[in-house]
Amino acid sequence: MRPFAYRRATDARAAVAALSEQPNAMYLGGGTNLVDLMRLGVVAPEALVDVTRVASDTVEETAGGGLLIGAGVRNSDLAAHPAVRRRYPMLAQAVLSGASGQIRNMATVGGNLLQRTRCSYFQDVSKPCNKRQPGSGCPAVEGDHRNLAIIGHSAACVATHPSDMAVALAALGTSVHVDGRRGVRQVTMPGLHRLPGDEPDRDTVLDPGDLITAVELPALPFAARSRYRKVRDRASFAFAVVSVAAALDVAGGVVRDCRIAFGGLAHVPWRARLAEEALRGSPATAAEFARAADAELARARPLPGNGFKVPLTRNVLVRTLTELAETP
Amino acid sequence: MNGEADTTRWGASTPVTVDLRLSVNRDEYPITVDTRETLLDTLRERLDLTGAKKGCDHGQCGACTVLVDGRRVKSCLTLTVTLDDREITTVEGLADGDTPHPLQTAFVDHDAFQCGYCTPGQLCSAVGMLAEAAAGWPSVVTPDMNGAPRLDDDEIRERMSGNLCRCGAYVNIVAAIGEVAR
Repeated sequence: MRPFAYRRATDARAAVAALSEQPNAMYLGGGTNLVDLMRLGVVAPEALVDVTRVASDTVEETAGGGLLIGAGVRNSDLAAHPAVRRRYPMLAQAVLSGASGQIRNMATVGGNLLQRTRCSYFQDVSKPCNKRQPGSGCPAVEGDHRNLAIIGHSAACVATHPSDMAVALAALGTSVHVDGRRGVRQVTMPGLHRLPGDEPDRDTVLDPGDLITAVELPALPFAARSRYRKVRDRASFAFAVVSVAAALDVAGGVVRDCRIAFGGLAHVPWRARLAEEALRGSPATAAEFARAADAELARARPLPGNGFKVPLTRNVLVRTLTELAETP
Repeated sequence: MNGEADTTRWGASTPVTVDLRLSVNRDEYPITVDTRETLLDTLRERLDLTGAKKGCDHGQCGACTVLVDGRRVKSCLTLTVTLDDREITTVEGLADGDTPHPLQTAFVDHDAFQCGYCTPGQLCSAVGMLAEAAAGWPSVVTPDMNGAPRLDDDEIRERMSGNLCRCGAYVNIVAAIGEVAR
């Protein structure tokens, strides 16, 4: 690992200022992904600015009836928070279905959003990878891509975003608070992450030096009836093959409103707006849920080795919505 | 090192070192660390605390699990330089003098290991896990996320999934932890 300087910031402005002094510096949150990537040689920052002591480890009610969650809140504290469990169960479930107890105790909300893909070619510096080294090629297209993207990918990159939490946040329409060299701003999810196009090295719309300071959940009363369902290759401590975050507002057997996002399918947490559109005003039946899934998945372009994800996603969505519709 | 720690040597190409005080098992260690050093390496190579084990060194096996301020973490992914005001507990610090921790006794009683390499991590992880459950934290298999979790075998397996045992002693590990949990 390359030697690096270490600086600890105690407020967001100081952290942003520290990073702007040094182009090859990075923020350090829980370190669960970054320290590993440094050890693998995937990234080699000259300096780390530790932002875990920036005062951002609180969960607060907002005037609009939502929740403001500091970027430094640990994943385990987020999932255990009573208001998150009661009002946004799919978020608590998403966080709890990711990683392991130890990792969740370390990982922060901000770091979870900015973790990198687990595509094996990205993590192996002996292989080409357009995300790690732009222009070097993508061996995954012809190689091992069983668990890579089926929708929204490009010839340059077929990686998936690994976060479970981000899928729930994208479904909820979460506002990400960002502090940067040009001041503060907000980015609404799913707009934080970007599709690979011909610039797969850029995971998000953030600029160099931007610091996520908080995420703001909107008031969404019907999210109390929501859940996160994750399919993976083993029972626990594995990344999603397919996952669904869904919230359903049903009255008189008809879907009044819904929120749906998929994980494990794309370079971004995939908000299923076509499925949502197809469902609003429809009967809350398995047949309609399948129709909504098909509306979204018509855009899927699976690779030779991951076509199974299309029917799997359809089935997981139908099952999840059916359970939600049956929830009293 | 204070809250605004600054090693000042931006763009270093030679090792950067920092002086700090580590608190491990209630002992204070003044130490100079390379910023690249993980807690696992500091414990094993510098402080002669070899209980925490290096399995995968990528946060996937759990053999390196220790407690930081009472919470279980992976010491192989924790940079020592971040820890100067934290209280670290390793497997060497679980016993009360000559009296083993109840989990240590239960692991012996239930034969919850074969080679023993993963055991220090299993023990520290279980201590942290029981505290999480006592605080009412749900897991992804908890039937009622708003209720108090009941630590049955499914719950223990899910909550301990960050600790691998290549000997496959899981059945006895679950039994040992279950005895202390109930």
